Amino acid sequence: MAKKDGDTGDAGTTGHEWDGIQELNKPLPKWWLYTFYACIIWAIGYWIVYPAWPLVSSYSKGVLGYSQREKVSEDLEAAQADKSTFRDKIASADLATIQADPELLNFAMAGGAAAFGDNCAPCHGRGAQGAFGYPNLRDDVWLWGGSLDAIHQTISHGIRAEDPTTRNSQMPAFGKLGMLKPDQVSDVAEYVLSLSGNAGDDAAAKRGQVIFAANCAMCHGAEGKGNQALGAPNLSDELWLYGGDKATVVETITNSRGGMMPAWTGRLDPATIKELAIYVHSLGGGQ
Amino acid sequence: MEAAPGVMRSDTPTVTGEGRSLYAGRVKVYPKEAHGTFRTVKWIVMAVTLGIYYLVPWIRWDRGPYLPDQAVLIDLPARRFYFFFLEIWPQEFYYITGLLVLASLALFLVTSVAGRVWCGYTCPQTVWTDLMIAVERFWQGDRNARLRLDKHMWSFETLWRKAATHLSWLLIAIATGGAFVFYFADAPTLAKQFWDFDAPTTAYLFVGIFTATTYVLGGIAREQVCIYMCPWPRIQGAMFDRDSLLISYRTWRGEPHGPHRKGETWDGRGDCVDCRQCVAVCPTGIDIRNGPQLECIQCALCIDACDEIMTKVNRPTGLIAYDTVRNLEAGDVGAEPLNLFRPRVILYAVAMAAVAIIMLIALLTRPELDVNVLHDRNPLYVRLSDGGVRNGYTIKLLNKLYLPRAFSIGVEGLPGATLDLIGHEGGAVVPVPPDNLQSVRIYLTLDKPGVKALTSAATPFSFVITDIASGARTEHGATFQGPPR
Repeated sequence: MAKKDGDTGDAGTTGHEWDGIQELNKPLPKWWLYTFYACIIWAIGYWIVYPAWPLVSSYSKGVLGYSQREKVSEDLEAAQADKSTFRDKIASADLATIQADPELLNFAMAGGAAAFGDNCAPCHGRGAQGAFGYPNLRDDVWLWGGSLDAIHQTISHGIRAEDPTTRNSQMPAFGKLGMLKPDQVSDVAEYVLSLSGNAGDDAAAKRGQVIFAANCAMCHGAEGKGNQALGAPNLSDELWLYGGDKATVVETITNSRGGMMPAWTGRLDPATIKELAIYVHSLGGGQ
Repeated sequence: MEAAPGVMRSDTPTVTGEGRSLYAGRVKVYPKEAHGTFRTVKWIVMAVTLGIYYLVPWIRWDRGPYLPDQAVLIDLPARRFYFFFLEIWPQEFYYITGLLVLASLALFLVTSVAGRVWCGYTCPQTVWTDLMIAVERFWQGDRNARLRLDKHMWSFETLWRKAATHLSWLLIAIATGGAFVFYFADAPTLAKQFWDFDAPTTAYLFVGIFTATTYVLGGIAREQVCIYMCPWPRIQGAMFDRDSLLISYRTWRGEPHGPHRKGETWDGRGDCVDCRQCVAVCPTGIDIRNGPQLECIQCALCIDACDEIMTKVNRPTGLIAYDTVRNLEAGDVGAEPLNLFRPRVILYAVAMAAVAIIMLIALLTRPELDVNVLHDRNPLYVRLSDGGVRNGYTIKLLNKLYLPRAFSIGVEGLPGATLDLIGHEGGAVVPVPPDNLQSVRIYLTLDKPGVKALTSAATPFSFVITDIASGARTEHGATFQGPPR
């Protein structure tokens, strides 16, 4: 705003002057000032009512006794209480009952999906599609059984885990321990591949069949169909957990395999484990 | 600093004088009642528009046992908009968009032909203000009586008349706010809840908001809304041209103006007798004789006022009339024929017709069933032990009819595929409740020969959805994912 020289308006100057430039005294608008004062008064009320001042070892609590931490824990408790109706029912009902009740099933599926993402996805994948050495939970192949109860047992007690009732078995490292010579391992590998129609050398497969019957059939069955009680995989299907090319099969026979999964009892509560069993069973492979 | 010899630059009025004030005090307007053709038309328009607004929520429309029977209902909790025979789902909101596009084009068209017809006759601000003024006139009398009352502000008569006016305004405002919420819930139920004071808080809140806006905007702010708040007066300048019919003072006929005594000659002078009736009736308090103005909402009341006076002084009516700038410049009634077929009028009309036709076609071909097919993303496919491949889908069936329906789902274009509907093992039939959405999980399995026959990682095929009752079938494209080839 241009002013005539020396015209300081009604308010005068603040008395400050730099190089001949004077600072005019322009007070803040009244409405602004009063709003500001009102805010100060409001703030005093705030100090009294809410926690405000840091003290030596604590802080002023305010007359309302409000605490954000307490609010959060109250909210969490309320959320738990909201869910408890269904959670209690799921904890007490057996798996088949839960599956038959649409309301419980719906709740279990939602809880199972969340728990799966938190606990299982790191190994089995976000979509339960598995990875090298970690089974795909959507296909129709189960090492230890794909019924609801079998899945529940596996999740509860794990595989080769530190749990007295964990699922346990151990394939010998045939090559490493010297139980089979390298050419015998190669022959058995040819035979195993022939079970799913992928043999490259029929003569070797024939020789391997004899070795298979003597060493492998005990667990994998005479026809290589596997045995879920022992976690012995079916060798005649098209799916391979560690790979179905000859080099991988030779490696498996030489060094053996033995994946492990932790027991979730104790880590998760029984209701969550049930929800997980139902969720995994629903993914497409459940039997 | 000098701007010119003897002139300080800071001497300009915008810097030093009264022109610096950015605030113009309101000059209260006391509109006088007009009588005549346009006033009658405005009464009728008011009755019709207010009637529509207040009564439409009470119209019933039978939609069968499953749906509300209110003809016009915006059902926010259920996410439906009902308009007589139409029911609009949230994903069909483009119908509303189309309607709004049509409305704005209509506004452009009307404005380019005949000016601010919307502002002058049908805008809610105009209609409610007109109503509020009529109420004010009922309690306080016409212009002169109101001016007199305002001069004696603290007399008993002024006070009770003002109180009665404001009370009536508030009642109208409450009725307006009340009618608004009836569009969002079943009107008779909500009305009863209102009476029993157990309507939802939101309802009371919105009645409150609309009561306040009606009272403040219609009763108190009035023409200031049009002049300061509304953007439309600023935009419409782009809609007028020299051929638009605007309410105009025919300067060529009226000037030079001046008082006229009975028996005096009309020679050598204009027809305007300076009676200022056009100013008295104007709801925005302007003088139409100053030419087209931003404040003029073109309500045509000055035409009525002027015609009345012209009749009295035995001069032809139409000193103020709807006229075009081109005709005004020609200086005679009908000197230039009205030109309706101008590019902008044709353009707006064609655009309106196009939008209307598109909407009509969309409406007529509107499907009664909406199908969404979602392919599982993670994993894309699952390999099975026998060499087969399985894909997972979620199909969402949206039944837009008011009847329960059942659909069968089949697959076409994917030989060797088996279909599993999870939760519907007893035959591939999916029941969908009326006016509802049903989502189905589907596993599609292709056996080993089928997988071998695939030529690419993604194979297109179709889901065929058949209405069991009517046999109507719709196909929906999807892809079957398999191992890379």
